Amino acid sequence: MKRNLLFPGLSLILIMTAAFSMTLGKYPLALSDITGFFLFKVFGVGSIDPEQCRLLGSLLFDIRMPRIIAAILIGASLAVAGTSFQAMFVNPLVSPSLLGVLAGASFGAALGMVFSKSWVAVQFLTFLFGFIAVLVSVGIAKIHKGNTILLLVLGGVISGALFTSLLSIIKYVADPFNQLPAIVQWLMGGLSLVDRKILLAAGIPQVVSIILTALFSGYLNALSMGDEEARALGIPVERIRMLLIFLATLMSALTVVLAGMIGWVGLIIPHITRMLVGPNNKVLVPASALIGAIYLIVVDDVSRMLFNVEIPIGITTSLIGIPFFAVILKKARRGWS
Amino acid sequence: MELKSHIVVKNVSFGYTKKAVLKDVTLHIGAGEIVTLLGPNGCGKSTLIKIVIGLLRPTQGKIFLNGADIADLSSKFMAREIAYVPQIHRSSFPYSVVDIVLMGRIPHKMFFYRYSDEDITIAHNALERLSISHLSERPYTELSGGERQLTIIARALAQGARTLIMDEPASGLDYGNQLRLLEEIINLSREGYTFIKSTHSPEHALWVADRAIMIKNGAIFADGRCDDIVNSENLFHLYNAKVDVMRVNGSLWVCAPQAICGGMEV
Repeated sequence: MKRNLLFPGLSLILIMTAAFSMTLGKYPLALSDITGFFLFKVFGVGSIDPEQCRLLGSLLFDIRMPRIIAAILIGASLAVAGTSFQAMFVNPLVSPSLLGVLAGASFGAALGMVFSKSWVAVQFLTFLFGFIAVLVSVGIAKIHKGNTILLLVLGGVISGALFTSLLSIIKYVADPFNQLPAIVQWLMGGLSLVDRKILLAAGIPQVVSIILTALFSGYLNALSMGDEEARALGIPVERIRMLLIFLATLMSALTVVLAGMIGWVGLIIPHITRMLVGPNNKVLVPASALIGAIYLIVVDDVSRMLFNVEIPIGITTSLIGIPFFAVILKKARRGWS
Repeated sequence: MELKSHIVVKNVSFGYTKKAVLKDVTLHIGAGEIVTLLGPNGCGKSTLIKIVIGLLRPTQGKIFLNGADIADLSSKFMAREIAYVPQIHRSSFPYSVVDIVLMGRIPHKMFFYRYSDEDITIAHNALERLSISHLSERPYTELSGGERQLTIIARALAQGARTLIMDEPASGLDYGNQLRLLEEIINLSREGYTFIKSTHSPEHALWVADRAIMIKNGAIFADGRCDDIVNSENLFHLYNAKVDVMRVNGSLWVCAPQAICGGMEV
């Protein structure tokens, strides 16, 4: 793909995918219905029956648009966090969950569902424990002097295991008739609970983090050459890495707040994007944001349209991601040496 | 002496008293010198290299770069003066050669940098200087060891650094590429570049024929012209190996291990 056509091209595909997805659902719409509605709403052009207008308004603004925007935010966030982690940890096989953020966030969500009635509290605990899990990983690395790559990864393994077992405790004590099914469902991921308020609260920090990561993406190239080389190039490696970990944690924890656990996106999207645009992170980071967004919209469409009942999106992304991963494994086998 | 020297290592120690890696090392290195560090595994060569480049802080002592204590210099400033060429490694990501060389421009950039046309010209000039322009768009991961090492040297040139510090640059290279590497080092030193490199091969010091520093147990054991100090006696002390050092064709030096040659009468 030509470099100067890449971003306009991907943006166009994203807009078309989003527009097309607006037409899909239990109540199918034609693209012309939607454009007609927007023309009427914004410019007062044409005429629509007031009853029809209210129906379209609630369908588009309350149900479909929040869902599509959430898919865009989640897909872009996971893809960018994954790209950033893969470069930073000098390994194309790591995913945003490396430092335990997803394990921590799921524990937080489950904790909230069992001990609190308020949905806002659940969302807050999800976010909080996503961060705590990463702090535990970084803390373990720090205790052992330094945040070298290997220590951070081992810290992540420990922290991930810790919060996974804590999650098991919560599942064990949860009420098996009401709470447990809710937890299990949440852990499988789904975009149906997204509303405009949470979209705004999560979306702004996510967009800011994505932009900042993209701006720092040149440093990712140097970081992926290893710590010593990056430092010899005059880069304050520890500080930049902590900042990028913070941004990736923020983005990924918020994806769990929005839609529960959605796996594999952060691993395979950076790979697909690298195949398309090459490994230079200055191009790769923004491109993977766009491709991640497109991917998640499509997967969400599949999840809700394929059968009469909606399939949790986490299951769909895994079912697509795992075989893909098995195929690319050979190509990307190089790891820590 | 201190004022004229490009790099001064002054009373540097590293590690704790019981297990000192470097003990009170003092060195003066002039601009344009090719210094070869020799010594057995674990003698402290790599530690010394990392201290000089600022990757490790000495437990005691100081390093001066053109008269300034490097502890007071920013890492960005250091990177514009001294470039680090590590042992050949495999990158996990197939960056193109020119992308790798462009990384050398990072110390000249601000936060959120973009490469200017000038940076790109500098990168291509560096590639041309080492006659590897034809590789510029090739993925780094698919290069041979020698080509990769030249790419990293090109990055050092693009960095604008006048001093190149190399940790066993020849290890992992085949024989021909080792010689080509030494040739490039000699060529660049004629233009005023300074080299500090470590090696396991005493012949590399002899062929470059400049200065050798022998390190044993964290202390300098010999320091001087290669022809003077890389001799049979010192090599025995250093490596505990019996080696004859001989001149061939009146100019080139070779090392011949006695054990293998059966103590040949030369």
